[in-house]
Amino acid sequence: MEPYVKHESIAALLNRNNVDTDQIIAKQFLKKVERSGFGVHLFHDWRYNEDGSDNPDFELNNPAFKGARILVTSDNFGCGSSREHAPWAIADYGFNTIISTSYADIFYNNCFKNSILPIVVNKQQLDLLMREINENPGVRFVVDLEKQQVSTPGGNGFSFEVDPFRKGNLLGGLDDIGCTLKHVDKIDSYETQHKQLYPWLWV
Amino acid sequence: MVNFSVMKKTMYEKIWDSHLVFEAPGQAPLLYVDRHLMHEVTSPQAFEGLRLTNRKVRNPHSILATMDHCVPTKDRDKPIADLIARKQVEVMAENCRENKLNLYDMKSPNNGVIHIVVPEHGFVHPGMVVVCGDSHTATHGAFGALAFGIGTSEVEHVMATQTLPQKKSKTMLVRVDGTLSKYCSAKDITLAIIGKIGTAGGTGYVIEYAGDTVEALSMEARMTLCNMAIEAGARAGLVAPDQKTYDYLQGREFAPKGDSWNQALEYWKSLPSDDGAAFDAVVNINAADIAPQVTWGTSPEQVVGVNGTVPDPESFDDEGKRQSCQQALDYMGLRANTKMTDIPIEFVFIGSCTNGRIEDLRCAAEVAKGTRVASDVTAIVVPGSYHVKQQAEQEGIADIFKNAGWEWRDPGCSMCLAMNGDELKNGQRCASTSNRNFEGRQGKGGRTHLVSPAMAAAAAAAGHFVDIREI
Ligand code: SF4
Repeated sequence: MEPYVKHESIAALLNRNNVDTDQIIAKQFLKKVERSGFGVHLFHDWRYNEDGSDNPDFELNNPAFKGARILVTSDNFGCGSSREHAPWAIADYGFNTIISTSYADIFYNNCFKNSILPIVVNKQQLDLLMREINENPGVRFVVDLEKQQVSTPGGNGFSFEVDPFRKGNLLGGLDDIGCTLKHVDKIDSYETQHKQLYPWLWV
Repeated sequence: MVNFSVMKKTMYEKIWDSHLVFEAPGQAPLLYVDRHLMHEVTSPQAFEGLRLTNRKVRNPHSILATMDHCVPTKDRDKPIADLIARKQVEVMAENCRENKLNLYDMKSPNNGVIHIVVPEHGFVHPGMVVVCGDSHTATHGAFGALAFGIGTSEVEHVMATQTLPQKKSKTMLVRVDGTLSKYCSAKDITLAIIGKIGTAGGTGYVIEYAGDTVEALSMEARMTLCNMAIEAGARAGLVAPDQKTYDYLQGREFAPKGDSWNQALEYWKSLPSDDGAAFDAVVNINAADIAPQVTWGTSPEQVVGVNGTVPDPESFDDEGKRQSCQQALDYMGLRANTKMTDIPIEFVFIGSCTNGRIEDLRCAAEVAKGTRVASDVTAIVVPGSYHVKQQAEQEGIADIFKNAGWEWRDPGCSMCLAMNGDELKNGQRCASTSNRNFEGRQGKGGRTHLVSPAMAAAAAAAGHFVDIREI
């Protein structure tokens, strides 16, 4: 996984509640065999017109948000089906940070497995951030995971909570597999013992 | 004084303890995985992940793969018409070739639904930890193995490390005692349990099924029972291994042989829960109370005996349940208080990892024998594997179905999840031996009623549900 580094980036605004994973990545794309390449299908039904052209009314199609890595959005983001294709699509599109008041549980966990930092803010903070983006589309926020701080030119910065173990993994670019492999010696010795105890499993 | 009761362990605890690689504060315990089952839908991204990170499959011999979800159940000699599905199948083959994994591809005589072919080859034994990117992995708990479904990132994790960070579950004992009435089966038991405890009743638990009714079940029936532990919300289901388990395994391809067999047997016999071991929850069921079950709604817990009626939303005290009852009735096109036996059906599906085994087909054939599929009903049998198909043909079961007007297909998941083109049309009503009756599961707008194989066969002939105890 890419280590999560301090960055300054455009913050895009998607002011909708209860965005579910079906909307994030529609089911017709689940037969794909790659983990990458879902970005073009992100928010498909909102994002494209019937003829495949960009829908100019969709928030994220605002040219001011081009290249944004931070997604500011509203309550209960990522609800519905547990498909891991949803965070894959978000990451592939280019976002590595989401700021919202709340997330669905499985989606929240899936984010950390895919180098995405989901930040939780209170309603008041969210309103301030939304206003700042609306007044100044294309505004750039700074996200510092190390210090657990977000700062904005409009002075609406805040600090946030994150599980220390997950924080360490994001900063170190360690996926769960990377973490487990730090204990590979323990797996090796377990396996040696396992072979002695249950030899019939190994023939 | 030593408290001996604390040393008594449930089967789940025994398997857990023997598979714990390591445990440290602030980290999820790491559990060793013995067997990893695979199919074409949830694995491709995991292989891609390994490639991108330059990691290898740690234990190729621990993996058995099949193609089942998107394979057609007819015209198997032709290429798959759906190009995306064809690619998914090709990628599976390529991944297995590249990593030297054992794959039962579409053309293999061993091909079939993953949870059917794995036991057929004796790949899962008592006491193992078994995973698969598929929620019905719970099936293999029938052998006294801890078997559960995982996500795609976890599939990759297991391939790379042979382990999985896991949270320990609570334990629930479900005791079923007494004699089942004629034609009642493991499917009826498992649906009745879900009806009783609800689809979230088992959340956070591993269920151990016990009691004299469970002991009397065949291995295949125990697989049906454990298969739907997931529909009760449980992480896994378990049945203690016994002589039936050993007899089933002995001589199968991946079962231990010679001295190893005796060694394994000794270990397996140590697995059942100790007498007096404590469970976090206990549920008791009287088998004699179980009528043949039929679901009426869009969740497996929305189930009644065939002698019952479609419930009235007003009969639920809980506001949420009332609402979901109403929504289910709207979707299913049913009116409250309709007798279950008055509900007409247009389609019948016998198959899936719940009820696609030879014993299921035998039960259904016994009922279908000498009947005719009702004039406006389409009925299909999709055997769980080519071995099941072949055996059914040898036993004359295939002919019984064909003579009665059923279609006799090649194996696969087929209409259990309707990903391969076999599906219901909008509004069509189906008696199905599968495990999920969710909205759209068998096709957009399709209406699914879950039943046992015998009930499905009876419904096909009558054109509506019938109480098979009265045949
Ligand atoms: S038969 Fe149905 S439940 Fe079983 S593995 Fe296939 S799709 Fe899943």
